[in-house]
Amino acid sequence: MNESVKKVFFRRKITYLVIFAALIAVYIISASATEFHLSEGLASFPKAMAWIGHNLMPDEKAMKRFPKILDKLIETALLSVAVTVIAAIFAFFFSLFGSKATGFNGIVNRIVRIVAAFFRNVPDVVWAMLLMFSFGQNILTGFFALFFTTFGLLTRAFIETIDEVSAAGIEALNASGANFIQTVFQAIIPSAMPGIVTWILYMIETNIRNSTLIGILTATGIGYLFDLYYKRLDFSSASLVVVSIIVLVIAIELVSNLIRRVIL
Amino acid sequence: MPILEFQNVSKVYNNTAKALDNVSFSIDEGEFVSIIGPSGAGKSTVLRCINRLIDATSGSIVYDGQNVMKLKKRELRQVRTKTGMIFQHYNLVDRLSVIENVLHGRLGQKSTVCGVLGAYSEQEKERAFAILDELGLADQAYKRCDELSGGQKQRVGIARSIMQDPKLILCDEPIASLDPRASKVIMDHLQKINCERKITCIVNLHQVDVALKYSERIIGVSAGKIVFDGRPDELTDDKIHAIYGSDGSDLITDIQGEKS
Ligand SMILES: Nc1ncnc2c1ncn2[C@@H]1O[C@H](COP(=O)(O)OP(=O)(O)OP(=O)(O)O)[C@@H](O)[C@H]1O
Ligand SMILES: [Mg+2]
Repeated sequence: MNESVKKVFFRRKITYLVIFAALIAVYIISASATEFHLSEGLASFPKAMAWIGHNLMPDEKAMKRFPKILDKLIETALLSVAVTVIAAIFAFFFSLFGSKATGFNGIVNRIVRIVAAFFRNVPDVVWAMLLMFSFGQNILTGFFALFFTTFGLLTRAFIETIDEVSAAGIEALNASGANFIQTVFQAIIPSAMPGIVTWILYMIETNIRNSTLIGILTATGIGYLFDLYYKRLDFSSASLVVVSIIVLVIAIELVSNLIRRVIL
Repeated sequence: MPILEFQNVSKVYNNTAKALDNVSFSIDEGEFVSIIGPSGAGKSTVLRCINRLIDATSGSIVYDGQNVMKLKKRELRQVRTKTGMIFQHYNLVDRLSVIENVLHGRLGQKSTVCGVLGAYSEQEKERAFAILDELGLADQAYKRCDELSGGQKQRVGIARSIMQDPKLILCDEPIASLDPRASKVIMDHLQKINCERKITCIVNLHQVDVALKYSERIIGVSAGKIVFDGRPDELTDDKIHAIYGSDGSDLITDIQGEKS
């Protein structure tokens, strides 16, 4: 008994040691392959900071642009919220077919999961570049790029939420003769609601951040403004854009924390 | 008159060993039957084949005059509405109130739209309150289910089943997660339902003593086969050994199964 306990602990130590050694090896290999040197990287850090401090401070000229920035910022934020909510609705109904608890065929489950994985694993920036062929530099491009990744991610998240928190209630209502749609509204939605809302709020935050990047590509929203100022070397205005995005994201996070606390 | 008849029912999960092996028995209307047996014997499988939460592989199950194995989706739902089910882990929708969970028992008899909206008639609501009152839960009606104790949750589960007006109630280890006091309350309620409402009850149990005390008839299952079927006074120590395995090793896995 005692021997085997010792063995277990010994094996665990060995495991940690091996993992640690492997991590170091991976770092060394990848660092030398990419010619990245941690020490040089760290050394250039203060200089970079000084440059940021000097050039990226919003000045008076930038402040004059603030109304325009605010306008685009709100546009971007609203778009992100709209995309997330619409994607969430689609994802919810789609996830019903991917959940094991709802009792659909295993093949249906598998297909849903694969489709979701496909949408999720293509980065939104790549979606944006692909969609640019069909929509051009248009707000729709950004909309669909965010929609696809959000849809894929939320489908997966909702499947897990439903499997985890709704299975028992689904089973009971099934056993009592309730039909599928009744079960969705009386068991799945009530029990999965906190999880669903949490994920939606998280995706809204993420999408506001991501939409900036996509906006640079598609020449829309706040990303476009940033790109414009940046290319004109108007760093102070560009930095104001960044600051306002940060403020917005923090504000959204505070609001969503509040919402979460109220509904949970 | 038998309300339920199993004839040579077998169940094979994913082509592994037989979970049920040629099981035959019949249950009369109004009976209170316990099914006992070690963990993995196939007790849950028997119950779930009746309302087709699990599809049996072969044989026939005639319930209230219908062969349930041949039912189409719609007919199956019809059969399920007259069959209550009580679960070890209560299976309530925890974030809804007690009264809403009780009213869930009506969903099978309602239209989709009414069910979706949770639109219940005054009559249904009064009935739900009356049932809750009977089970000693009148004060809890508006509480959320996650605020209740295990014993109270199980009583909500019973109320939900009664709300269905079932002919048969299937109980899959209704007291396995409860302390002895709460267990007694639950078993007493089940017995009362059986006596007063003439609802047939089939109860899976881990505790032999509880089965002996409450049932008119006990079915002992071991490794997918029925090894005992008789009155409680016929269940001798020898027979108990036959059910749980003479070397007692099955009894140990049984206890572990209960803990997990
Ligand atoms: N979904 C499933 N897939 C594969 N095998 C299963 C499945 N459900 C049950 N089994 C197997 O079928 C056999 C009977 O299981 P069952 O759940 O009916 O036993 P039980 O008597 O209810 O046990 P317990 O007392 O632990 O609830 C077991 O060997 C189990 O491993
Ligand atoms: Mg079981």
